[in-house]
Order: sequence, then structure tokens, then C-alpha cells
Amino acid sequence: MKELTYRQMGLLDEEYQQIKTILGREPNYLETGMFAVMWSEHCGYKNSRPLLKNFPTEGPQVIQGPGENAGVVDIGDNQALVFKIESHNHPCAIEPYQGAATGVGGIVRDIFTMGARPIALLNSLRFGDLQDPRVRQLFRGVVAGIAGYGNCLGIPTVGGEVYFHSSYQENPLVNAMCVGLVNQDEIALAVVEEVGSPIMLVGAKTGRDGIHGATFASEELSESSAEKRPSVQVGDPFMEKLLIEACLELIQEDLVAGMQDLGAAGLTSSIAETASKKGLGVMVDVSKVPRREEGMTPYEIMLSESQERMLIVPRSGKEDRIAEIFDKWGLDAVVIGKVTGDGLFKVYEGEVLVGEVPVAALTEGCPVYVRQGIEPPYYKELQAYDINTLPGYDPQEALLKLLASPNIASKKWVYRQYDYQVMTNTAIVPGDGDAAVLRIKDTIKGVALTTDCNSRMVYLDPYRGGKLAVCEAARNLACCGARPLALTNCLNFGNPEKPYIYWQMQNAIRGMADAARALNTPVVSGNVSLYNESKSVGVLPTPVVGMVGLLQDISQRCTMSFKDEGDIIVLLGRVRTELGGSEYLAVCHGIEAGEVPDPDLQEEIQLIELLLELCRRRLIKSAHDISEGGLAVTLAESAIKGRLGFTVDLPGTSDQAAQILFSEAPTRVAVSLAAKNLDTVKSIASQYQLPLTVLGRVGGRRLVIGRSDHMLIDLDLEQAAHTWGEVLACIMK
Amino acid sequence: MKFGVVVFPGSNCDADCYHVIKHVAQQNVEYIWHKQDDVKGFDALILPGGFSYGDYLRTGAIARFSPIMPAVIEFAQRGGPVIGICNGFQILLEAGLLPGAMLRNRSLTFICDTVNLRVNRADTMFTNQYVKDQVLQIPIAHGEGNYYCDGETLKRLQDKQQIIFTYCDTEGRETAEVNPNGSVANIAGIINERGNVLGMMPHPERRSEPILGGSDGLDIFLSMIEWRQGVSMR
Repeated sequence: MKELTYRQMGLLDEEYQQIKTILGREPNYLETGMFAVMWSEHCGYKNSRPLLKNFPTEGPQVIQGPGENAGVVDIGDNQALVFKIESHNHPCAIEPYQGAATGVGGIVRDIFTMGARPIALLNSLRFGDLQDPRVRQLFRGVVAGIAGYGNCLGIPTVGGEVYFHSSYQENPLVNAMCVGLVNQDEIALAVVEEVGSPIMLVGAKTGRDGIHGATFASEELSESSAEKRPSVQVGDPFMEKLLIEACLELIQEDLVAGMQDLGAAGLTSSIAETASKKGLGVMVDVSKVPRREEGMTPYEIMLSESQERMLIVPRSGKEDRIAEIFDKWGLDAVVIGKVTGDGLFKVYEGEVLVGEVPVAALTEGCPVYVRQGIEPPYYKELQAYDINTLPGYDPQEALLKLLASPNIASKKWVYRQYDYQVMTNTAIVPGDGDAAVLRIKDTIKGVALTTDCNSRMVYLDPYRGGKLAVCEAARNLACCGARPLALTNCLNFGNPEKPYIYWQMQNAIRGMADAARALNTPVVSGNVSLYNESKSVGVLPTPVVGMVGLLQDISQRCTMSFKDEGDIIVLLGRVRTELGGSEYLAVCHGIEAGEVPDPDLQEEIQLIELLLELCRRRLIKSAHDISEGGLAVTLAESAIKGRLGFTVDLPGTSDQAAQILFSEAPTRVAVSLAAKNLDTVKSIASQYQLPLTVLGRVGGRRLVIGRSDHMLIDLDLEQAAHTWGEVLACIMK
Repeated sequence: MKFGVVVFPGSNCDADCYHVIKHVAQQNVEYIWHKQDDVKGFDALILPGGFSYGDYLRTGAIARFSPIMPAVIEFAQRGGPVIGICNGFQILLEAGLLPGAMLRNRSLTFICDTVNLRVNRADTMFTNQYVKDQVLQIPIAHGEGNYYCDGETLKRLQDKQQIIFTYCDTEGRETAEVNPNGSVANIAGIINERGNVLGMMPHPERRSEPILGGSDGLDIFLSMIEWRQGVSMR
């Protein structure tokens, strides 16, 4: 085959040689395409697999770790949560609405394929500078796409995060997470054992959309990326809704031996994955596949990424009942092939054999590249930045500027477009707490969900940044009263073939792994998105953590808003002064540098346990962790959400005021409590060996922060609320 | 009392309505699949929210031709209580059981929020548990809730006191600023002349339990139960 052809499909010269060796001949066009998609980073994880091995994946709470469509954790009472996060970055750079919509569709299929009812969606988004009209168009389109798809499915979108940084200008990140609920004895795994079983395809007809989407996702964006618009699929949420209901009925009646959704690399991938687990083979006849248009070649049919399709392997004798259920939902199911015992993936077009490759060569045969990371020069340079050289900045000006920063301002413009209440489980809605909390009907339990990653910190120090992302997620759950259980991650990085980028990956993953191990939140699923670059510059390394936690009694949940006049405001954790990597440095001084504060994992555990005990004993009325914008922003947000001001006497020395107000050092939470509980809270905190500082009182209509000698901030609550609340809507008008 | 929740393909608030009737209001309730063609044995019908048939045409435009709809229309014409919530309201409009039509929200975006609603009448089968002019907090979640009708229809709705719920501020004032979607006269819910068919964009089933922020919505279902008990006593 011409070099041009396989290279265009994304294969390297040596990979093509390897394929020739496996087959003992030249592969034909179809076979080359099948290898190209299966050996793409997106499907084969060829660059990241060796690094992913570092993650802890086990624990008593883990029912299913990585390797299935999604991870599964035990939440008691024979129930389990099924969850995963996945990227759809490159499609969104080209066609934001459909890219985001189909991203939601894909992750939802991963969840109900496991037999779980999807109960929540979250998303973690990154865009460039909103001053750029193209960025606003991408942002608007992505949010509308998530809304359009998720709302129609009737799955609430309850949480997530949005950040803006110029490194994402042409390469936005769109990561969607889905969480499902399942009875443990109804978990469906994609295991096919019986030779001769028919393979059924159900759902949408197959079209020419999304061909080579997986390959497209595994290369850098370029000027010609817009020409790849046909690589972006088009979503039909109504079809997906029918598939959810029909497939869950099949599982409830125990009718299927194996079920697999069609995602990246379409039929090729889902069939190969279904067969590979038990070393079986498959034969498939592409002429049986219902198509959207005439004249499609076997290559196009096998590689199409048309959405809303599922592969079903029925239990023997159950085919008729399956057909009945699909008929009830108005869905067409057709038999397109069968399971064989020869370990081969044979593709027919009618009677004619048009492709034949060993199943294992497509899956386990995918090459693995262990690369060498090199520490980039920026690392030491930026770390060395001396904070003491900073010019002075008026603290009140700084707070207003931070509240107006799109990274900190209210995201109501976003979540208002998402139906976050459907299913009537959302007990802490977006914006009200550090995480979303859902009740589990018929129990008194609740689950808390969050996504987190501060990519500026990860850029400045990938190891510490990776640790920070895991710690912040766990802390956010604990602030709501939930014990962190396990995590999923979406590793968004630039081109791994570049040693500096690979170094970022190595260290971020090491940091996440260390924190996940210490906090007992194993990694149970995940996704890797590499080649996030444009004009050869990588995005900030963005390893997003999606974490789930459990409240044994949902009535113990805690939100971030101040509740009552006269309550005492207390800082749990140390008074810290590190400003490295902070939003304050970036927004007020235009500096993205400094030493990233190091989270002390033991201290983080103590803080989490303390928060859980305080919630359990109902001793605190609000909890909000200190993150972007530091202590000042944390207090302002609790005040704005509670429509109550505060008066705070700032600890520390007066030359450190800015550091104390705006440091984003981790492992700290501001809580409010009734004055009568202060002594009890103090004694519990000392049991957990955690420092505690009384900051001041809730009350009034102003945000007042001072020291005994002079006033630092005295801001009208309404003004702060207006600034923080309206910025995003104003920019997007 | 036995409620029926009609399930169209694409309905997604069917389970929420079922939950409230069964577990909160503690009444009998069954789903009615859209392919059925009768509603015998039911005392009240709920057309739930969602995206029936994907709502790829106009909202509710296809559901209105569903096999179940002639039975729903007949049930309404016999005086049976029918409540359409969100997409259910849109279907009632398309089916001609209520006057008017829906436009896209003024913002052209989907809106999910909790809004204030004024109860304009407390003497109907759907609102007898409220006090007239009471202000409720009920969530909305829709892309096409911008209710529209011509001047003549609006006058008739006003004259016959068919405008049951309006968007208002915390004091009950119907100002333009608090109208979330641009609907005519801040309309959030209307009733038919006979008083047995209610269409509303807000979701009372999402505000029927304290854990979800309050129970303001539950009284709609309790009103229907109260009314039914009154009827059977007569």
C-alpha cells in the first residue's frame, strides 16, 4: 500500500511493517483502516498505558476497576455507582454543538451498557480567552450541545467546572462524566462465551459520519482540521433515550450475554472488544448493517462512528423476546454476524470475504511506547519566581477583580441551561455546594459528585498539581459531608511524542496516584486525550479528576452558604501564605509563576475526617474549601450565596495580608457554626490534630475584612454579588 | 384515587410524577403507554414533561397524534381532570385542549431555574389547597415555554379567569423582569373554560418534598385528591 494512505490513516511506518508481519501479507484498505483506528491513541492507549499502571485501582469499595466500559463502586444495600469521564475535545474544536452533544451521548452509553440507570452528568470544560469572539462561539456551542443532549435524555447535569486560559484558545477541552446507579446483581459485563451466538446491531442507521474520528482525536489540530468536519458525528438524543430504556429492559429480564456500545472506531472496536476477552472470533456481514445512504463501502461501514448504536449478543433462545422489546420502543435490531471460535475477525460483504485479521492483533497487539520524559526549562525558571518582588495591590480592588474573573465568577449562565433537577434527586444543586449531592430514592443515603483540576498548578508543577487535583476533589466531597470513595480521570495533555509533554504526563500521573493511594480513592475508570495542541503549542496539562462520595445519611449534607446572623466563621487548617500559581497573581499581576503549594496528604486526610465528623454531628452550618481566589473569595462566595455579610479579623502579620487573603494553598476549609458549638468544634479539631482559627462573624450587609490596626476590605454585599453573579452573562450577551 | 401517567417515547418526567403520586401523595398510579387507546379506570391523567418523539418538529406536535391521545381528549371532554406539565402542556396546546401556542424562550436558550409563581385562583380542582394570590416557588426547565396567544384569546382567558399561574416577584407582582421566558402576560399556567384541564410550564413534581427545597408543588396533586373526595361524597 502507498505510504501516503496508511500515514493519512495515522499509522507510522514501523506500525505498518508490524501489521504486515502479523498478517504475513500486505493488508488491504479495509484491514489497514481497522488497524489504524484500533491502534490510535484514543482506542489503544499506546503512549499512556505504561503510565496508567501507576494508578491504584483496588480497594474494598471497588467492584470493577479499569478495563470495562466504566468503573463500579459499592455504596451498600446491594447498590453500586457506575461512572466514568471521557473527552470529546477535538470534535468540539471543529463543531462545538455536535461535538459536545455526542460527547455526552458516548459517556451515557458507557454507563447503561453496564446495566446501570444513568442518574447524573457532569462536565469539565476549558476554553481560551473570552475576549476572542471565536472562543465565545465555541463556549456557547459546547454549553448548548451539552444542554441539548443531556436535557432531552432526562439525565440531570448537576456539576462540573469551567476555566479559561489562552492555551485552550483553539483547542478547548470538553470532558463529560456520567454516573449511573445499579443493583450489584444486575451489573452487565461485556463477556461473550458461546460460539455461534448471533451478534445484533440496534439503534441508529450507519452513515458516513465520524469515519476515522478516533484517528482524528489522536493528532494535533491544524489549519486543515476544519476539513475534518465529517469526522464529527451528529447526535440524536431521542434515539439514545429509546436505547437506554430498551437496553435496561433487556438487562432487567436477563436477556443478554454481552452488550457493547459503539463509540470510537465504531463497529470495528466494539466487535473486537466483545470477542477479545475470551479469545473468540467473529464474522460480520456488512451488507446486513442498516445504512443511512447507498453506496457505502465495507471500509466506511466498519469505521463509521455514527452515534446511538449498540451491539447485543443475546442469551441463547432469547432473541424473540429481545426483538419484542426493541419493537415496543420502535427500534430496529438486526443480526449482522456471529461469534466464532477461531480468534479471527472476518468481514464479509454478502458472500465475499473482504477482510480478515486476528482479533487479538487489533486489541492486545496494539504497540506500546515507553517514552523518555525531559524536564522542560520553564519548570525551574517559573518555580524560582520571587513573590517578594511583587508590587503592592489594594486588597479590595483585588477581591473585586477576582470576583469578576471568569474563572471565579458564578457559572450560572452555564448551568442554567442544563436541566439539573429532572429525576427529582438533586439535593444540592449547582452553585450551592462544593459538590453536587443526589439522594438515592428509597434509602436515606446520598451521593456527592465533583470534577476538579487546577491546570495552572499542574503546568507549574505537574507532580504537586496532580496531587492537588485529587485532594481538592476529595475535600469538595467532604465539605458536603460525603466520604470520598473512588475516582475517574480524564488525562488531557499535548503531544506525548514531545519529551517535555511526556514529562508533564509522567509527573502529573505520579502525583495523582500518590494522592489517590493516600486518600483511599482508587482510580476505577478513565480516558486519555493526547495531542491537545494547536499551532504546535500544548494546552496546559489538564488531568481532570471526577470523584464520587457517599453520605450514609443525606440529612447531614452541608452547603457553602452562610446561614444565620451571628454565626462564627472558622478556618479549618493552617493559615498559609503561598501565592504560587494563584489566580491573584494571574489576574492582578499578570504573572503565572511561583512555587506550587504542596498538599500534605496526611493533613488532608485529617481535614476530611474532621469535616465528616462535624457534618455527622451537625456542628457546622456551611463549609466551603479554599481554592481559586483564596480565603477572600471563599468567604465572599459563602456570603453571596447566603445573602449575609461578615466581619473578619485577619490573622497573621500585616505585611502578609495579600498572601493570607489570596493564597490558594490547599487543605483548608472555611466553615460557619453556631457560637454555642465553637468549643466542641475546637476540641474535635484538636483530636484530629488540625489547626483552627476563629476568623470572625456572619452578619450585616457588608464584606468586612480588617486587622486590629486597619481596614483591608469593606465591600457592599450587593455589589460583590452583582459582580460575581453577572460577569459571565454580560460577556456572553 | 387512581392517577395515570401517560408515557410517550421521549417523556422523561414520567417517573418523577409517578414517584410523587405514589410515594408522597400516596395514591394509586399507573403508567399509560402511548400505544394504548383507552384510559378506563383512571380518575385523573398526567401528561409529563420531556421531549416526546425528540420534539424535533414543534414541541408536542408529534405526540398529539399518538394512539393514546383520542382517549385523553375524550376523557377531558367528559370532565376528567387532566394536567399537562411542561412538554405535557405543549402537547395539550397542540391537541387543542387548551388555546395558544409555545414559542422559544426569549433568551433562545434552555432555562432551568426556580421561579416565583402567583396562584390567581384557589377555587379550581387543581388549586384548592392554596390561598388566592399565594406566591409559590416552583422549578422551570424548558427551551420553549414562551406562551403566546392573540389579543382576543388573551382577553377571553382573562375574562373567564383561566390564567391560573403567573410568573411574579417575591411580592406577587407580575413584572417583565421576572418573566423568565417572555410569555404573554407572564402566563405560566392556564386552565380550560370547564376547569378540568390544566397546562403549566413549571414542574410541581420537582417541588413536592422538603429535601428538594420545598413542597409548594405538592398541593396541586393534593388539590386534585381533595376535589375527587368531594365529588365522591356528593
